[in-house]
Amino acid sequence: MIELEDVAFGYGGSVLMTGIALALAPGSFQFLTGPSGAGKTTLLRLCSMHLRPTAGTARVFGRDAATMTRDEVAAARRRIGVVHQDCRFLDHLPVADNVALPLLVAGRSRQAADRDVAELLAWVGLAGQAGALPPALSGGERQRAALARAVVTSPDVILADEPTGNLDWEMSLRLLQLLVQLNRLGKAVLVATHDLNLIRAAKGQVAARVLRLSGGRIQQAGAEL
Amino acid sequence: MRRALAGLARRLSGGDGVRIVPPTGFTARLTVFSAAAMAMLAVFALALALAAGRFAAGWEATLARAATVRVAAPAGELEAQVAAALRVLDQTPGVESFRRLPEAERRALLAPWLGAELPAADLPLPELIEVTLGAEGPDAEGLRLRLAAEAPGALYDDHGRWREPAVAAAGRLRTVGLAAAALIAAATAAMVALAAQASLAANRGVIEVLRLVGARDRFIVAAFVRRFTLRALAGAAAGAALGAAVVALLLPAGPLSAGPGFSGPEWLWPLAVPPVAALVAFAATRLAAVRVLRELP
Repeated sequence: MIELEDVAFGYGGSVLMTGIALALAPGSFQFLTGPSGAGKTTLLRLCSMHLRPTAGTARVFGRDAATMTRDEVAAARRRIGVVHQDCRFLDHLPVADNVALPLLVAGRSRQAADRDVAELLAWVGLAGQAGALPPALSGGERQRAALARAVVTSPDVILADEPTGNLDWEMSLRLLQLLVQLNRLGKAVLVATHDLNLIRAAKGQVAARVLRLSGGRIQQAGAEL
Repeated sequence: MRRALAGLARRLSGGDGVRIVPPTGFTARLTVFSAAAMAMLAVFALALALAAGRFAAGWEATLARAATVRVAAPAGELEAQVAAALRVLDQTPGVESFRRLPEAERRALLAPWLGAELPAADLPLPELIEVTLGAEGPDAEGLRLRLAAEAPGALYDDHGRWREPAVAAAGRLRTVGLAAAALIAAATAAMVALAAQASLAANRGVIEVLRLVGARDRFIVAAFVRRFTLRALAGAAAGAALGAAVVALLLPAGPLSAGPGFSGPEWLWPLAVPPVAALVAFAATRLAAVRVLRELP
């Protein structure tokens, strides 16, 4: 669904990564690890087309991202759920409205969106916080709300950037279980994390690959847990 | 009906009932205030332009059908020349009616300058004949030639020397008023565009979130355009109402509709100001938003 072929990316003349090859196939579950500053977030942003490769090809749902119109990019993004490390909510809107946002921009009616959002918030254990504003949520609640927003349109691909960064261990396991459940529904999942315990915890639940991004390259691809 | 109103409210609030653009901020107040101030000025400019138009039309219509024949001759010849001039007028096509002004009326014409107690014997006044012209009017040059031949002391004055400059001046005043209204619309567009750009910059995070969840550019543009259009409409409505009240109270149109205010159906013009301001805001915000979004990857 998303393929990066010999992709390079850099800022202002310096090369951050080069020769990147990555494929997110349906039903795949992959972890992306690496030291801070290695470019994990950048790689996820290349996958979601918020950045464009300086070399190579990003192929998204069969199309070269470089040739897609802005509307086509927007349509493709609606098939990609992204969980940011800092969650990125509209702080003036209640949690339910934030979670409903992908449905509303896709043209769903508010009534239909409300039904889906209520079910989803119950699934992530936030039914009681639907009317709360995001700043009032705890770190774990924010991460779960971000996950709910990422999956509310039932996207084909889920990109999660340090989704457990602000969570205690118990909450991290719960969020991992949510990602595994989604993967079992056929979603491609890519989780960027430096939390090796989370990767070990996934063992036995899902056949995940671990990719290590270091020195501007994916150095260990294909290592099974 | 209730469903239709609810649907309208949803569309106006944006995002199907979700206020995507944060409702507060200085750009909101700036837009409302500038739209109100500009609408008020626009109402004044319209009042000026319409009054000038009324002046021009009124003078043109009234004075174009009036003329004067002045007869100045030695005392012994005066009556004969007046009689000759009256006869010529009577025989001239295009002259609808004429009337010799009695002495009291002639003195009344001078009273504002020379006082009401003007001694009649000390200041001989010329005879004046007030002429009302038909729709087509006479052949002015032919009439002058004939008066010169039959009553050499009679002069035909069709008021063109001062009527035309006055009408032209009123016309220019109307143009100035309309130009002022156009400039005000342009200034409103510029101010709303600046406010929209400031808002877009301040809400960069909102835009990034919307793009993150797959919003098309037109969805994001619509959210900002809707907000600024409604603000401009509200501000302009308040400004136009205040402007109209000021015109009604301080600048009333005169009994002959010659005052600087609005007259009759002209009062509909202030009602047009808020929708025009909203349209201007719509276009300005849309251009600003599209330009900002095009700069994003």
